Amino acid sequence: MTETMAGAAPADDIDLPPVRSPTVLGIRRETWPKILMPSTMGFLGLVLWEVLVSVNAVPHYILPGPLLIARTLWTDWGTLSGSLWITLQITGMALTVAVVLGVALSILFSLSKWVELSFFPYAVILQVTPIVSIAPLIIIWVDNTYLSLLICAWIVAFFPILSNTTTGLNSADHNLRNLFELYGATRWQTLRRLRLPAAMPYFLAGLRISGGLALIGAVVAEFVAGSGGVESGLAYRILESGYRLQIPRMFAALIMISMSGIVIFLAMSLITHLALRRWHESAIKREN
Amino acid sequence: MSPQDAHGGAERAALRPLVELKRVEKRFSNGTLAVRDFNLAVGHHSFVSLLGPSGCGKSTVLRMVAGLGEPSRGTIDWPTSTDDAGGRPQREIGFVFQEPTLMPWATALANVRLPLDLQGVAKGEAEARAAEALAMVGLKGFERAFPRELSGGMKMRVSIARALVTNPRILLMDEPFAALDEITRFKLNNDLLELWQTQRWTIVFVTHSVFESVYLSERIVVMAARPGRVVADIAVDAPYPRGSAFRTTPVYNDWCRVVSQSLGHAMDE
Ligand SMILES: Nc1ncnc2c1ncn2[C@@H]1O[C@H](COP(=O)(O)OP(=O)(O)OP(=O)(O)O)[C@@H](O)[C@H]1O
Ligand SMILES: [Mg+2]
Repeated sequence: MTETMAGAAPADDIDLPPVRSPTVLGIRRETWPKILMPSTMGFLGLVLWEVLVSVNAVPHYILPGPLLIARTLWTDWGTLSGSLWITLQITGMALTVAVVLGVALSILFSLSKWVELSFFPYAVILQVTPIVSIAPLIIIWVDNTYLSLLICAWIVAFFPILSNTTTGLNSADHNLRNLFELYGATRWQTLRRLRLPAAMPYFLAGLRISGGLALIGAVVAEFVAGSGGVESGLAYRILESGYRLQIPRMFAALIMISMSGIVIFLAMSLITHLALRRWHESAIKREN
Repeated sequence: MSPQDAHGGAERAALRPLVELKRVEKRFSNGTLAVRDFNLAVGHHSFVSLLGPSGCGKSTVLRMVAGLGEPSRGTIDWPTSTDDAGGRPQREIGFVFQEPTLMPWATALANVRLPLDLQGVAKGEAEARAAEALAMVGLKGFERAFPRELSGGMKMRVSIARALVTNPRILLMDEPFAALDEITRFKLNNDLLELWQTQRWTIVFVTHSVFESVYLSERIVVMAARPGRVVADIAVDAPYPRGSAFRTTPVYNDWCRVVSQSLGHAMDE
């Protein structure tokens, strides 16, 4: 009796394979075109570039081919990587200072309307004044080139963080704020448990913009500073290569700057994703 | 103070209302007169519904009772509550908003724990009490879930658990079930009644559903709009416990008719 019962498998016991989209080399099949299409286009572009350059015998001080640029990247890696390191250092420090000061100031703004009213206009002025026009002044005033570059990069990176975090701190749900009031929360409790978490997505969006801007600020300031003593960043290498007509090297430095920008952006996106994936709409993969 | 006095005090306390609104008026800064000459005394352990059309000032009244927004005129007294160390009257309020109003970055347990955390209750005790409150609303096993992983009804129950966790004397609920489907609403109605009877809370329940107010309350305060005021105060004379069968009794239907008529008058005015 029991045997026959067990023999007739009830319908819900049948093992259906779980529905999952098929993967190729660990990457979902739908994702592959997003990788393959731009890569193919890029590769074709490079081939075309190389062919045009060699067929028309374009001199490499006008336009070097991709192969030559790659070779220069390899042979000049020693000098270029040193410069890359300096540019990245300035970018990273400027961004760090921008984050610390930006968040601190926006907290101050959120705690006191008066502070916000008094200081916010100046932050706006700092933002709308083109950095190239203040950079020379800063470089004259500040003896240390490294420090002056840092200040320029910071000025550019600062505003998005300040403005976004300020908006975020004020965006906490009205009813939730009432709830905190109802339970007699102190200002500090409300800040830490409600306003800061609510500001997180805004802050991270600002961070993503500021990461790229810090790099731009660092590069622009270096251009303005020109030869900066012994330690010189990538922008200086570009200027230098221009003077010496080492155009392949110029391209190599350019590529390194672009790559740094992309890596910074990806890093910021990753941080955003990790911080928000548990709860914020922007980072959640909805299953419907 | 003699023992007799103390005894007499306790007796009087039982007769005095828990909260009393006297001639309360609320005018917003934009000039809207939301509530005028509003009088209401809520007795200990009673279940009072505020019923009225949209925009008649139900939320405004409830928020003022909770201390969110002072009345422009009139007083709100808590005759039986004592002041806490900071000189603020100890009201021990639980508030349930019309929306779940949960912190999306916190788990269900952390959301329920919030009032205890704000009051400085030790972490271990707070966790235990929050888990207990979640179990009370039937969400055992969902402690680690984030709000986005919960259905609308479940979110609402988390919100109710948060209001319960401090073991308040009075529970203020602003159309807590308005956004839910009927089946879930009926279930939560029953759960709420059961909790009210076992825990002996005082509940002020805002709703715009005649049926819900009759099913739940001992007393229905019908309001009219522009400006918000009381137009009828109806004691629903039907015994508890009221189960789902109550909805099919003639008594229930009679009360629904009475309340509907009175609401109709309120709309006509
Ligand atoms: N913050 C505010 N500022 C100005 N007017 C307000 C404010 N809040 C509410 N009101 C006005 O007060 C009146 C009553 O609003 P209230 O929210 O109390 O209504 P309600 O009875 O809860 O309505 P509903 O059932 O739609 O929730 C409305 O006319 C509304 O326009
Ligand atoms: Mg309302």
